[in-house]
Amino acid sequence: MTAGYSGRPALTDLNFDVRAGERLGLLGPNGGGKTTLLRTLSGNLQPLAGELDVRVRPATVPQTERSRLDYPVSALDVATMGTLARLPWWRRPGRAERAAGAAALGSVGLAGLERSPFGTLSGGQRQRVLIARGLVQQAELLLFDEPFTGLDATSAAALGRLIDDLAADGRAIIVAGHDLEQARKMDRVLCVNGRQIAFGEPETALDIDTLEATYGGAVVELPGRPGRVILPAHHHAGA
Amino acid sequence: MLVPELTAATLLGDLGKPLGDPLAGRAILELVLLGASGGALGAWVVLYGFSYSAESLSHSMLPGLVVATLVGGSLVLGGMIAAMVAALAMVAARQMPGLGSDTAVAVVVTTLFGAGVLLALTPSSPAGLANLLFGDVLGTTDGDLVLAGVTAALVGTVLFVLHPRLLASGFDRDAAPALGISPRLAEATVLVLTAVVVVVAVQALGNLLVLAILVAPAMTARRLTRRVAPMMIVAIALAGVGGVAGIYVSYYVGAAAGASVALALVALYSVAGVVARVRKPT
Repeated sequence: MTAGYSGRPALTDLNFDVRAGERLGLLGPNGGGKTTLLRTLSGNLQPLAGELDVRVRPATVPQTERSRLDYPVSALDVATMGTLARLPWWRRPGRAERAAGAAALGSVGLAGLERSPFGTLSGGQRQRVLIARGLVQQAELLLFDEPFTGLDATSAAALGRLIDDLAADGRAIIVAGHDLEQARKMDRVLCVNGRQIAFGEPETALDIDTLEATYGGAVVELPGRPGRVILPAHHHAGA
Repeated sequence: MLVPELTAATLLGDLGKPLGDPLAGRAILELVLLGASGGALGAWVVLYGFSYSAESLSHSMLPGLVVATLVGGSLVLGGMIAAMVAALAMVAARQMPGLGSDTAVAVVVTTLFGAGVLLALTPSSPAGLANLLFGDVLGTTDGDLVLAGVTAALVGTVLFVLHPRLLASGFDRDAAPALGISPRLAEATVLVLTAVVVVVAVQALGNLLVLAILVAPAMTARRLTRRVAPMMIVAIALAGVGGVAGIYVSYYVGAAAGASVALALVALYSVAGVVARVRKPT
């Protein structure tokens, strides 16, 4: 499959699948096509070529820094928005729908914050509200766009556990990001940089060639430290 | 007795005077009806970031209003045609390379507003230009009242039914398709309703001041509320209060009615700013 905007492909040679209950790490540099792929999977963009078969309801959990903090809605308002997916256009969410929204907030650990304005919540809490919206949508495919960006270590660990639980309940999860350590914890990884570089289990897929191709830089081993560091390409020119 | 006795009864009687005055009473009713549409819709105009588009739309209507006056036609019809021409011109200007969308709108607005002034200053034009620019709320007719009432009912119904979708699409445009909502349709709904309200309100408030009733109450309500439905209700109330206050000021001071209403609405915004700041520490 090829994805992109108005005829300009941003991402080519895609060939991958995600199963129910599986966590897929989507790895790539900024501008590498991660967000384009997520927008295609969520139905915001049509594939430019090839076949895309999304058999389940997708829901996006956007970057919380990009969501509107000045928008006058409560946490419950946002979670309840998920019910619109099932209501005909003239129907307003009623008591049952708001109860579903409140239950979803409870299941992501936000009970008691229903009436809080969305903009006053912390980054981690906002992320959970947006996850709750996806749960209310009864989405079976959850698309996370860089969910760990801007979170402190505690919130990130809690979010990681929540994502594991969501997958254990039988949902398919795609987590986009550029954090190699997060990607290693996933069931499978998809590396992209304008095209699909690798797809498979982290141990086999994330080799040095793949990482260099994904990030367009050199991967070096630092003496005295476990793991590897990726040097961005422009460092070569400067040094 | 030489000095008339100042009792509660005479004071109340004096306050009731504008209501008893047929022109002022009609003007107040018109402004309350326009305030209902403008306040409720204004909340969405502000939340969707359409204030500039709404202003552009109203200014671009001037040539249509002038032509309608020249040929003795309906202002509403003239305004509507001009608004459509303006919208098409803005879309076309946006396609020109190197013009940003703000610049495109600015070019179209300036061109159309200039054309309107040019038309209005021809020797054959009647002396009604000031009314087109600043409105003539004291000249409200029964027909105007019916039109404002129908508009309020229409705007209220559409906004009530579509409220949850407008809310979800405005909050997170990208998530809207997965919720079965077309963000473009949501935005088009707000813009089309804006065009309708601007066209209907232009007779009372004029081409330059019509924005006051659409944007100012909503901005004020935004500072005082934390959810959209209360924001709309407060905006409707503020638009009504501002309208009545403006007519009173103009009745007793003899100032221009439309301008008094606009200034009253902006004054409410300043008061709300102080209230919001005082309340914040709690």
